[in-house]
Amino acid sequence: MAGQTYTVSTRTAASQIAAVVALVLLVVAIALPAFASRSLIQDMFFILTMLTLAQFWNLLAGYGGLVSVGQQAFVGFGAYMLFGGAILWGVNPVAGLLLSGVFALILAIPTAFFAFRLQGAYFAIGTWVVAEVVRLSVAQWKAVGGGTGTSLPRDARDAMWGVEWIEAAFDTRSSAARDILAYWLALALAVATIGGIYWFLRTKRGLALAALRDNVDAARSVGVDSARMKWVVFLVAAFGTGIAGGLIFLQNGRISPDSAFSVIDWTAFVIFIVVIGGIGTIEGPIIGVLVFFALQTLLADFGAWYLMVLGGLGIAVMLFAPGGLWGLVSGRTGIQLFPIRRRLERRE
Amino acid sequence: MSPILSLRNVTKSFGALTVTDDVTFDVPQGQALGIIGPNGAGKSTLFNLITGNLSADAGRIDYDGRDVTRVPPMQRCLSGIGRSFQIPQPFDRLTVFENLLVSATHGRGLPERAVEADCAAVLDRTELIKVANRPAGGLTLLQRKRLELARAMATRPKLLLLDEIAGGLTEGECVALVDTIRAIHAEGVTIIWIEHVLHALNSVVERLLVLDFGKVIGIGEPDTIMASQEVREIYLGIEV
Repeated sequence: MAGQTYTVSTRTAASQIAAVVALVLLVVAIALPAFASRSLIQDMFFILTMLTLAQFWNLLAGYGGLVSVGQQAFVGFGAYMLFGGAILWGVNPVAGLLLSGVFALILAIPTAFFAFRLQGAYFAIGTWVVAEVVRLSVAQWKAVGGGTGTSLPRDARDAMWGVEWIEAAFDTRSSAARDILAYWLALALAVATIGGIYWFLRTKRGLALAALRDNVDAARSVGVDSARMKWVVFLVAAFGTGIAGGLIFLQNGRISPDSAFSVIDWTAFVIFIVVIGGIGTIEGPIIGVLVFFALQTLLADFGAWYLMVLGGLGIAVMLFAPGGLWGLVSGRTGIQLFPIRRRLERRE
Repeated sequence: MSPILSLRNVTKSFGALTVTDDVTFDVPQGQALGIIGPNGAGKSTLFNLITGNLSADAGRIDYDGRDVTRVPPMQRCLSGIGRSFQIPQPFDRLTVFENLLVSATHGRGLPERAVEADCAAVLDRTELIKVANRPAGGLTLLQRKRLELARAMATRPKLLLLDEIAGGLTEGECVALVDTIRAIHAEGVTIIWIEHVLHALNSVVERLLVLDFGKVIGIGEPDTIMASQEVREIYLGIEV
């Protein structure tokens, strides 16, 4: 009691090693285009954008308890706004990424008003319905190709900031240079997403979010503003998901309602990544996306079997390791790579 | 002394079932009031009405001199109403210490730094300091009950609501917990305590309220209440 004081810290030995390793990996990742093949850059782009989507879905479902199956609404709407901006107003596609985020955020406001009235499974279905409504509406938009979709105009592609510089610096063709640019943007987005979520979870509000994840009633009874927290999480996730959507289709160069609002690509796979890796942790989606990519590569030649294996694996993990692969590791060893646990230590 | 909590004709129904029926009573500042009654009498519902987890269909609830009938639970907590749940509801994946941090920071509207020492002190007095860094999901029943109490205490409540906190504990565990509650009460915290373990309850409270089918059927000194014929009939089959 008196005479004993306590200090609080979050740092662990593993986390300090992890921080150094992360820094080294980041430097390697930035320099990667200098020595990697174009196909590796494209694979990395895929991994990084899926990781970003997974981190935001994890923030929503893993922490906020908002199990949305309608995140493709924000991917698709964000991407279409980038194409619309480039085609109608001549917005540089790189700047258009901001449009993707802002318009996804704007779409999220009425979506939340509607979906927050629903609980649990009804919320999930409600978000899906919203995504379908947006898909059908966008398919009526003739300027961006209606139901068949459209490509990013050649002059917009050529005008992308930084492409000329990359062409000169790496001595490549413009299509490869655009891949490198998209890869760097995806890297920046993934790092900013993970960094931002990590920062948030270490704040007092982040702690409240973790409490809400564990028990809503108890959190409310100790003064946590659950309604505001849900809004914040939903809007932030929509903004980030919108930017990721814009980036995915900026790299793709072609968009159609079916690909942009695909529930399989932008929600089902993302849920798989989070569940396999470990829901409610930052490490989980990172592990999950690597497993997902490995499976996709291994099973690429097996057609429909690929989806069945994914589904079966997802169910097995949910039944036998609800904490996901990362849950197994951290449960056994107590390791946290992104430490958010506040430890009370006695100082005599 | 002026009442810290005052209920006037509070009524709550779930469909055709009236679970809180025209309930009126006052709790003076600093008093410990026990609430007894058979299962399904509406005791926990009454707590949920006081904390705001449920809203009353009719009637009025005053707390600390103002009408809180329509005030949401979060603000009632901020104004000093703390509660423990009948079935412990820890934040499983947070540590015991973090459980308290959540309630101290959000329940009092303060930054983490400002409440860390306080949380450590609450853990000390509720004998949870040894498990401070363990995830709350792995605690024993006694530790969970203590955590319910500690988490409510961390909000620095003026009014503390305890819902069957002694239920399911062994005799020895119960005695230790009652000592802690008595000490909290001695500091001037007003307590309302729902409990079936009557000897534990009666060793702390100054007044007893009996609830049956949502109605208050008696309120007064514990000895008088326990001696009344009506209460004995209701509690028939329950060890007195």
